[in-house]
Amino acid sequence: MLLIQQLINGLQVGSIYAVIALGYTMVYGIIKLINFAHGEVMMMGAYFAFLAAVAGMPIWAVFLISMVLSAILGMVIERVAYKPLRSAPRISSLITAIAMSLFLQNLALFIFKADPKVMPTIIKNNPVTIGSLQISNITIITFLVSVVFMVILTIFISKTKSGKAMRAVSQDTEAAMLMGINVNSTISLTFAIGSALAALGGILYAIAYTQVMPTMGLLPGLKAFVAAVLGGIGIIPGAMIGGFILGFIETLTKAYISSRWADAIVFGILIVVLSVKPTGILGKNIREKV
Amino acid sequence: MKKRKLISSVLAILLVASILMFAGCSNGEKETSGDDSEVIKIGTFGPLTGPVAAYGSVMVNSAKLAIDEINENGGIDGKQIQLIDYDTKADASEAVNIYNKLRDQDEVVAIIGGTISGETLAVKELAIADGMPMLTPTATHLDVTLDAPSIFRACYTDPYQGAAIAKYSIENLDGKSAAILYNTDDSYSVGLAETYKESFEEAGLEITNFEGYTANEVDYSAILSNVKDKNPDIIFLPDYYDTVGKIATAIRNMGLEQIVVGVDGWDSVEINYAEQVEGYYFVNHFAKTDKADIVQNFISAYKTKYNTDPNALGALGYDAAYVLVEAIKAAGSTDSEAIVAALSKIEYSGVTGTIRFDDQGDVTQKDIAIIKIVDGDHELLEKIVVE
Repeated sequence: MLLIQQLINGLQVGSIYAVIALGYTMVYGIIKLINFAHGEVMMMGAYFAFLAAVAGMPIWAVFLISMVLSAILGMVIERVAYKPLRSAPRISSLITAIAMSLFLQNLALFIFKADPKVMPTIIKNNPVTIGSLQISNITIITFLVSVVFMVILTIFISKTKSGKAMRAVSQDTEAAMLMGINVNSTISLTFAIGSALAALGGILYAIAYTQVMPTMGLLPGLKAFVAAVLGGIGIIPGAMIGGFILGFIETLTKAYISSRWADAIVFGILIVVLSVKPTGILGKNIREKV
Repeated sequence: MKKRKLISSVLAILLVASILMFAGCSNGEKETSGDDSEVIKIGTFGPLTGPVAAYGSVMVNSAKLAIDEINENGGIDGKQIQLIDYDTKADASEAVNIYNKLRDQDEVVAIIGGTISGETLAVKELAIADGMPMLTPTATHLDVTLDAPSIFRACYTDPYQGAAIAKYSIENLDGKSAAILYNTDDSYSVGLAETYKESFEEAGLEITNFEGYTANEVDYSAILSNVKDKNPDIIFLPDYYDTVGKIATAIRNMGLEQIVVGVDGWDSVEINYAEQVEGYYFVNHFAKTDKADIVQNFISAYKTKYNTDPNALGALGYDAAYVLVEAIKAAGSTDSEAIVAALSKIEYSGVTGTIRFDDQGDVTQKDIAIIKIVDGDHELLEKIVVE
């Protein structure tokens, strides 16, 4: 029984990691860039939600405003920081991503100050009893909301024209351009969707753990990155699977080993995956064509 | 070439002269700063900026409030008191600089401080060497007064409050078993967790969970599920208000129905988490809702002057200022040894209870307030003294 309870706990963190990991993986898939500023977009999303909630907006407006503003933020970051470096060596854009992450963190520190802000309760707490299990309604909502958005994203990518364009650009940018796909706007769209999902992760995180602060994006961001690598970076279902697996591992470590080991084990997984199967769970080994 | 030599030798002479003059100056001042001077200078320091700024600023503000009141009532035998305060930014080396400045430049006769344990420990050896009378209102670390004849402490120590809340949990809340959740990165939290555990085990009762978490933990659901599985009577949370608020939220979300108890780090938790901590208990240095005149007078005076509510650190700073002034009055001089001797004999009833010191320089037999959070406010249940 305890194990089931712990797995449910893992589901909550896992779904937040999965949502954030999606943005990492989409951006990597399309421009082969590990966007280290992604965790900070999540943090900004949480702050947008905090401001909207403090202003007394209804819950749907809180989600909408935060996700839209974060999508715009993501597109701006891409235009300003990454687009000029698209033909530069990959290491340049990677360093720029780290710089962007630090910039956003310090910007938040400057605007919102270092002390943590307490998120207003926008979802009333009301534990649900199923048999002998007692589950927080916030856990259930977190899980459902993230699953709904994952389904929407999957349909969007496989069924719509823009989704097709995204897949084409990620397979071969130049060929896609020759086929008449507007690469720039497709990349912008990817950043917008990824950042909106990061904001969603940020909102769910702020609701579940009650606080927003400038450094809040750092650890979830890194863990989502591990999740994306674990599932196979660049592969969308992989990010979801990776996120959930990571959530389970982290929670079970805390429950049965020790909280001190949780982060060490999570980052240990990154090392193991990179050395054993660098392409991740769903990744296929693609032979380099000569 | 010759000209240059001339200039440099003139400069050298000037330099030497100025050093001598300066030395002369400070000597001269020291002589006059004895009994003839009109102001008595007292130093204080604490973190006034930075992440724990709230601690230092409330403490220093309250000490200022006390000194202003004393000055209005005639000061020390007609002499006015000047309180000189500095910002340590919670930095140990900054605290050492400030201590030296207070001693050499401001020539204070005694110090109220430091606010947090780290900065107080940093200046401890200097204060011992100088025999500087130092009364820290709020540094709870055990070592602060250890082998330091001139250092005193106005608040109770961590083992004392840990034992008090354990006693209350067992005797009044009828706890037969307890879970302890503590922050493994913080010696304050670890120390209290161990004291509480010892008290429970000495009474032959059971500690069902002894679960550590790290300072940057956010998700407490895993350890709380373990607690829920063991179903103890009481959960003990020895941590600061910010973390306590987060854990209390998780406790409510998961539907745990245990009684939750805590320590002085809980002060102010009701500001942001009133709903989550409703009905929980903690021990503190004083209760805001204590009906005693001295408490209410302090709170209203603080509110009038600074427009916010004081917390326990403020109450301690206020008491420490009064205690020190009483000691200087009793000593009849501003001589360090006389002040230290007077401090060790003092007995003063303040906002935080009766302050008297043992051989170590710690308060003994001090009242500890048991507070229940009711309707988002502190309700004083009783004041207890632990042996």
